[in-house]
Amino acid sequence: MALAHTDRAYESELKDLREKLLSMGGKVEVAISRCVRSVTERDSDLAQKVKEGEREINRLEVEIDDACRRLLALRQPAASDLRFITTALKIVTDLERMGDLAVNIAQRAFDLNQAPPLRPFPDLTKLADLAQEQLKKALDAFVESDVQKAEEVMKGDELLDAIYKKLFNELLTFMMEDPRNIRRTTSLMFVAKHLERLGDHTTNVAEMVIYMVRGTDLRHPRSRQAELERQGRA
Amino acid sequence: MQQPQSQISVQSLNAFFRSTRALKDVNVQVLPRSVLAVIGPSGCGKSTFLRCLNRMHELIPGATATGQVLIDGQDVYSSNVDPVMVRRRVGMVFQRPNPFPTMSIFDNAAAGLRLNGVRNSYAEQVEKSLRQSALWDEVKDRLHAAATSLSGGQQQRLCIARALAVEPEVLLMDEPASALDPIATARIEELIRELRERYTIVIVTHNMQQAARVSDWTAFFYMGELVECAPTEKIFTNPKEQRTEDYVTGKFG
Repeated sequence: MALAHTDRAYESELKDLREKLLSMGGKVEVAISRCVRSVTERDSDLAQKVKEGEREINRLEVEIDDACRRLLALRQPAASDLRFITTALKIVTDLERMGDLAVNIAQRAFDLNQAPPLRPFPDLTKLADLAQEQLKKALDAFVESDVQKAEEVMKGDELLDAIYKKLFNELLTFMMEDPRNIRRTTSLMFVAKHLERLGDHTTNVAEMVIYMVRGTDLRHPRSRQAELERQGRA
Repeated sequence: MQQPQSQISVQSLNAFFRSTRALKDVNVQVLPRSVLAVIGPSGCGKSTFLRCLNRMHELIPGATATGQVLIDGQDVYSSNVDPVMVRRRVGMVFQRPNPFPTMSIFDNAAAGLRLNGVRNSYAEQVEKSLRQSALWDEVKDRLHAAATSLSGGQQQRLCIARALAVEPEVLLMDEPASALDPIATARIEELIRELRERYTIVIVTHNMQQAARVSDWTAFFYMGELVECAPTEKIFTNPKEQRTEDYVTGKFG
């Protein structure tokens, strides 16, 4: 069994931070699921709930930031604790952005639900399902410090991007077929774009989880490789 | 690029207090003009390790050491080496400032030179070492005042000047700031960074943040064993060994 910190107050502060992050992650998951359903099920009440829930997500962001700053200032964390806290500081921003995206999607749902329904787009459902699956997996990877799951998330984002591209073209064609569809289809395009962005934030979380567990930074491999080569030549 | 040669190379070092083994097969390399911090819980052997580097360990009755400590390639434990000469090449600063209480500031700084039989005037060397220890400006107008009239932090810098006056190659520091207030501690830490330009420094500290602040490399000792020695940033962000991880995150005891 892993050892606990000798300083029990410190141990419980770290535990609190972890719980706050999980709670925020859970709220973001709910918001995403609701905003997706507000579009697919044409349910504006759900969209309203997403808007109302945003305040709670923002409040948690501020609380988590505070807790991280306090821990850094007062506890001088090292090694895995330091990586956990710096990870928390970063993923909290991604989570907050995801909450914003949920609200953006809900906003589109209000518009869409006031107009007559368009024909169903199975790829939109696919995109929404995968985006939620990815988010759930990334949060699980964080909770369980599971590098393998985090790597799966990073791979999964490629599929998400591919579905988005396909859907984008479908929607574009649909608009060109009948200009009366343009307004509503544009809203759907925004929804799709927001889901694609959600996937990017999810990938950020997964990358940070790998950093937290292994201490290696996987971000931007190409630009860092280029920098190394530049230094090698200098 | 040529691999820089280690200034200090410790090989299979074992230290004993009678039959108790205080250090177990320690191997460490210290590069010239770098700071190595030695951390670990009480009784882990870090002070013993430090004292083996200038043969002060053997001054304790019943204490012995085996293995090699090469300073600039020369084994300080070789039979034809005079331990007194070793201690001249390897200066040491202790936990509590210990200036000679009956001597003036000047005489304290010159004490090492006198003991080593340097004959000519010490003024130049004393000024140089007091400047190096960042004390000169504070004491230049009262060099003949008693050393005990200085504050604790100043006394500690005077002890550093005393160690530097004989121009050692290596400076050992055994918790040099643990008896000082935070400002005096910061001055000592700043001084360590300056001295690093000329000297190779090994510092034992109980204060992990201090190790993180002043050193290039950190060695973690536990129960007489060197568990891990790596660049300081690595030890404090992503150590390799679980025992190091547990210690630096505060999970011991």
